Amino acid sequence: MLGALTILLVFQLIGEVIAQLLALPIPGPVIGMALLFAALALRGGPSPGLRDTAQNLLQHLSLLFVPAGVGVMLHFNRIGDEWLPLAVSLVGSTVLTIAVTALVLHFLTRREKAAGG
Amino acid sequence: MRTPAQLAEIWVYLSASPLLGLTVTLLAYQGAFWLYKRAGFHPLANPVLLAVAALVLLLKLTGTPYPTYFDGAQFVHFLLGPATVALAIPLYAQLPKLRTMAGPLLAALVVGSLTASVSAVAIGKLFGASEASLLSLAPKSVTTPIAMGIAERIGGLPSLTAVLVITTGILGAVSARFIYQALGIADHAVRGFAVGVASHGIGTARAFQVSEQAGAFSGLAMGLNALLTALLVPLLMPWLRDWL
Repeated sequence: MLGALTILLVFQLIGEVIAQLLALPIPGPVIGMALLFAALALRGGPSPGLRDTAQNLLQHLSLLFVPAGVGVMLHFNRIGDEWLPLAVSLVGSTVLTIAVTALVLHFLTRREKAAGG
Repeated sequence: MRTPAQLAEIWVYLSASPLLGLTVTLLAYQGAFWLYKRAGFHPLANPVLLAVAALVLLLKLTGTPYPTYFDGAQFVHFLLGPATVALAIPLYAQLPKLRTMAGPLLAALVVGSLTASVSAVAIGKLFGASEASLLSLAPKSVTTPIAMGIAERIGGLPSLTAVLVITTGILGAVSARFIYQALGIADHAVRGFAVGVASHGIGTARAFQVSEQAGAFSGLAMGLNALLTALLVPLLMPWLRDWL
């Protein structure tokens, strides 16, 4: 588990360094994810230890958003003033995005399957 | 028996140490997760929502400022980085399916990403949101650190964006199942990808609770959308402002 956690941190660190060096707008962890994915593809898959650690960490991914979420208390005033436009925008846009993305992907994959055989 | 004055002293000591913020975060989350499990993992019993609500209530009741709480909670917050890197592992397991779907995934990503930012700003404008709020809304579908960076670049309020991002995540996690049922979409790769584009890590967390495949595609969508939005929204914003 310690080895696996070290691997994750090393890839995050490499990602952060690349993001800073090249002044990329993408955060380091996302670059780290892409690099680890490439490394796994080259190596032919993760070790059992890495797979277990990733699974444990991702099982409780929700927990990791709680501290930032509590930051809502800093914005109660603005949210109170603008709650209607903010609420309609967030609900409308989220539902629309999920529906549009899912429909596009659904029809394109179905068409490809049909074309492929 | 301790006097109230002594108890107050203990409280002063504890409230200044990171131990309390960290412990209450874990306790609140485990309580929320227990309720979520009791509700049969129903999307409406979202554990992020329940835990945040309980903690905000607790901090308000005890008069604890957010930065004091965050001193402890930052240890949990820090793990977001390695967890994002770890998304590569379930994604790798989906490599064969990923290869066959590459073209459609990219097309859906571009359409979804544009829908997310343009519709948020347009609806907000229609209902009279202030300009600062509109600029903070544009990156609301991408993972918190990138969204905050984008908001800063285009003149929004990064800390407001963080709240909008988390709320969007919870909304997507709560509503996705009902949208898919209404549209008749069953493929877990499609379901995961769409919720990942719309509601980043919180959608991904929910997708992993549904299935490994949904989670992997959601994580992929989250990463790709972060990339695309960081490139598109700053380019799109001047045009969008003229148009509105």
